[in-house]
Amino acid sequence: MCGIVGLYLKNPRLNGQLGALFEPMLIEMTQRGPDSTGFAIYRDPVPVGSVKLVLQHAGLAYDWPRLVAGFIDHFRVDVDFKRLHTHCVLVLPATETAVRNYLTTAAPEVAIVSMGRHIEIFKEVGLPQEVATAFALEQAAGSHAIGHTRMATESAVTTAGSHPFSTGSDLCLVHNGSLSNHNRLRRLLSRHGARFQTENDTEVAAKYFDWQMQQGLNLEQALYAALKDLDGFYTFAIGTSDGFAVLRDPIACKPAVLAETDDWVAMSSEYRALASLPGVENAVVWEPEPATVYVWEQQGGTARMRTAAPLRKAS
Amino acid sequence: MNAVITEQTMNNAERVFDLRQTTIRELNQALHDVPETAGASHWRVLHAAGHHALACGINTPAVVTIEGHVGYYCAGMNKHATVTIQGNAATGLAENMMSGRVHLQGNASQSAGATGRGGLLVIEGNASARCGISLKGLDIVVKGSVGHMTGFMAQRGRIVICGDAAGALGDSIYEAQIFLKGSCVDLGADCIEKEMRAEHLQALAELLETAGINEDARKFHRYGSARKLYHFNIDHADQY
Repeated sequence: MCGIVGLYLKNPRLNGQLGALFEPMLIEMTQRGPDSTGFAIYRDPVPVGSVKLVLQHAGLAYDWPRLVAGFIDHFRVDVDFKRLHTHCVLVLPATETAVRNYLTTAAPEVAIVSMGRHIEIFKEVGLPQEVATAFALEQAAGSHAIGHTRMATESAVTTAGSHPFSTGSDLCLVHNGSLSNHNRLRRLLSRHGARFQTENDTEVAAKYFDWQMQQGLNLEQALYAALKDLDGFYTFAIGTSDGFAVLRDPIACKPAVLAETDDWVAMSSEYRALASLPGVENAVVWEPEPATVYVWEQQGGTARMRTAAPLRKAS
Repeated sequence: MNAVITEQTMNNAERVFDLRQTTIRELNQALHDVPETAGASHWRVLHAAGHHALACGINTPAVVTIEGHVGYYCAGMNKHATVTIQGNAATGLAENMMSGRVHLQGNASQSAGATGRGGLLVIEGNASARCGISLKGLDIVVKGSVGHMTGFMAQRGRIVICGDAAGALGDSIYEAQIFLKGSCVDLGADCIEKEMRAEHLQALAELLETAGINEDARKFHRYGSARKLYHFNIDHADQY
């Protein structure tokens, strides 16, 4: 089943309330996904040339200061860090590749949850309320957030198998559905150098988008390419540094609803997750078309929606 | 919470359920507690907020008005009752309804009227994919447009579409009838356009009037089964 929620604030005056508006949306989706919960918050961008990474280790007593000291030693830079439950947010002037390479050898026991200049992902096994509280979601400020409540089907209930999945560069993906050709795609992507942390089908989709964009496609083109290459059921919500996108498969069995006001755009698996948003009674509410890419992004300081013409038939 | 409900009290007062204060189960139980002999009773449901399974399984001529958007399976299995929803509806609106009338003022998500056996479902907005899937006798009138695979494997009943239809309209349809005013992306397997004869015009005009939809029956086209999927065809043996 699974539940998906996304909230994109068009009115920056609401940024301080992002977490307070977003948490009830996530919790309303508890019945759709009680196994694990995760969310990506886009906030506090770090300067160009720096990277913000979120790392995870299951042990609550994990020695994060020691890991940070290792970073300082290796990169010879200042490192800001902040611990949140089982996760730790680090900011340092370095490239994503250099940080990833360093961690592979220096701290293989630690998982990279997200990387970019804006994104912070937090995810854990457990009910949405528990996970939201553990990571202080209600107090979070930011421009947009994407979340997921998981009812596991394709792989084990673990933190690593929780959504969102991020491949770096501020991109993250949440998924309701199941992909049937993920094993074949995983082999294909592995031949192109992708490394996988789980047996999860959504991780394959995230790596697929990453790979397509490395080949030069933009997000919208990569999403349309997915309509040909991904076999199965899906509603995807994708977060980027300055926007978010929604895509449903051509059969469109997995639910999705979008709502928009002058102040925000929101998506969810079900309307009830939107019912707590301010002004929702006057929002434009609609169901996204199958096989159609919806993208919101900042253009000249205002949020704009771009929707390509619906493809009525699967190719 | 229910006192003994007599025919008299039910006929007189409109009972109001605010779903911020009462549970869905209390609402549905109260609707089910009405004696089958009670006649029309009047109900208003406030703050639907997308909740699932509202006003399901009614078995009396209750008149129910729901304010707000509703979740899955609203008015499912409806018998005799008139349910009006002042908002949008999620998956499976009025699924398997038996009789009575369900009136949606907004848009419907997928599988509206699925497997419906009788009565009338009116959708003032659009309906998305698989509207009237496996229909078994219900009449559905959609004032707007419908999504893909509308009328999939529909066996009996009528689907009237005043707007347009997306792809694969009437795929694998049996003996249900589809009346479409606008255009359709393409027809599904074994669905063909059929002649609109006088009896169809008359029946459609009556149905539109009953639904309260002001449209001219002569502007509609009729679609139904070519009946070529009913039997195995030896010429297709190599496709299996």
